[in-house]
Amino acid sequence: MTDHASDPLFAEIKEEIEPFNAKGVEVTRETSFQKDLEWDSLTVMDFVAAIEDRFDIIITMNMQAEIETVGQLVDAVTKLRG
Amino acid sequence: MTDLFSKFDALIQQRETLLSTGQRDPFSLVMEEVKSPTVAVVNGKETILLGTYNYMGMTFDPDVIAAGKKALDDFGTGTTGSRVLNGTYQGHRECEDALKEFYGFDHAMVFSTGYQANLGIISTIAGKDDYVLLDIDSHASIYDGCAMGNAQIVPFRHNDIEALEKRLKRLPEDAGKLVILEGVYSMLGDVAPLKEMVRISKEAGAMVLVDEAHSMGFIGEHGRGVAEEQGVMDDVDFIIGTFSKSVGTVGGFCVSNHPKFEVMRLVCRPYVFTASLPPSVVATAATSIRKLMHGSEKRAHLWENSRKLHAGLKALGFTIGTDEPQSAIIAVIMPDLEGGAKMWESLLNEGLYVNLARPPATPANMTLLRCSLCAEHTSEQVDEILGMFERAGKATGII
Repeated sequence: MTDHASDPLFAEIKEEIEPFNAKGVEVTRETSFQKDLEWDSLTVMDFVAAIEDRFDIIITMNMQAEIETVGQLVDAVTKLRG
Repeated sequence: MTDLFSKFDALIQQRETLLSTGQRDPFSLVMEEVKSPTVAVVNGKETILLGTYNYMGMTFDPDVIAAGKKALDDFGTGTTGSRVLNGTYQGHRECEDALKEFYGFDHAMVFSTGYQANLGIISTIAGKDDYVLLDIDSHASIYDGCAMGNAQIVPFRHNDIEALEKRLKRLPEDAGKLVILEGVYSMLGDVAPLKEMVRISKEAGAMVLVDEAHSMGFIGEHGRGVAEEQGVMDDVDFIIGTFSKSVGTVGGFCVSNHPKFEVMRLVCRPYVFTASLPPSVVATAATSIRKLMHGSEKRAHLWENSRKLHAGLKALGFTIGTDEPQSAIIAVIMPDLEGGAKMWESLLNEGLYVNLARPPATPANMTLLRCSLCAEHTSEQVDEILGMFERAGKATGII
């Protein structure tokens, strides 16, 4: 992938992931919320709420179903912020 | 061949591990005899029931039983059909009339279960471009109603007024919006701040649905629920409820003042494509609902029970889901599933049945011993219950 460290949005999202990153997984665009971070549905809900409030957007459950990796989330947030 | 059941292996393993310790299975208990709303025989032992939803103790009410027997004699065992075809009897109408009177609403629609009422109303009224905002601790029937429909689903943090308000403001102004709240959340027994939440929802142009399953008959001056207690009945568009709790039988309903509400009978699939309730069930429900209108003394006694149990358990050193008793549900928080299961079994050996609740049904992955009180529990029974909790808590090391 591209040099994601230079993407400010990726960095912001990574910052939001950290409090929930109990296993200390190294976060890249390819990191999967379920497979790598092993988040359960409750953690996902808390995390989504944090992202929504940080970027003043809404990520519906319908959209969440399509988002598996950090990179997909970065793309979705980019789109939602317009 | 891929075994379609392999996805359940982790759950099967967890259950086997738990049972291999000699622990009794908390999810396969059989009530051999039921003596009253508060006492049953389990494993040959007389057991106090503190884990039913029989809040108002209507299951053995003589008038209710008589109405059911008469309907069995007069109308037979079942309707064998849908409400919209051959499945609406006089009793179904009378039951809906009783509901309209109980709530003071213009329309009432009876479903075969409370689960189907949520499933049906939510999936039908919220369409593809509409938004449904729901509390993350909502009951499975609410989530399933959302999953069955195709609206945009927006969960918000439990009982968090600001979280709801922020999300309402982020939605397109002209989009259809439905806010779904519960009066009492059944896992911890806590009450929603309906007054504020209903107000901000209406200000944002949303319709409001309140599930009053665990408050009907008990909370509010006339037992209409938390919306009545907090003075927002007039601003609630839909109240969903059930007959399987305070009413004491089975079935579900929605009441509404919406002028077009009756169209639901034609378009709501979980109403149309299922058999209607048996005549005896709607007869017992209608009789029970009418009696609940005049249940203020029972309501007062149930509050006494709730306060006494809450204070007693707290004094014994148990951790309770709410600082103050807010409903007839007192949730005792257990350290983990293993400790909870041990405590549950120990209580059963003492002669007390409570609900063991565990993830994913519970919030924040908690294991709970959920106690639900009945208006027919005597004050002496509550004393007895506290004694049992003390012995079981000490024997298992929970306190």
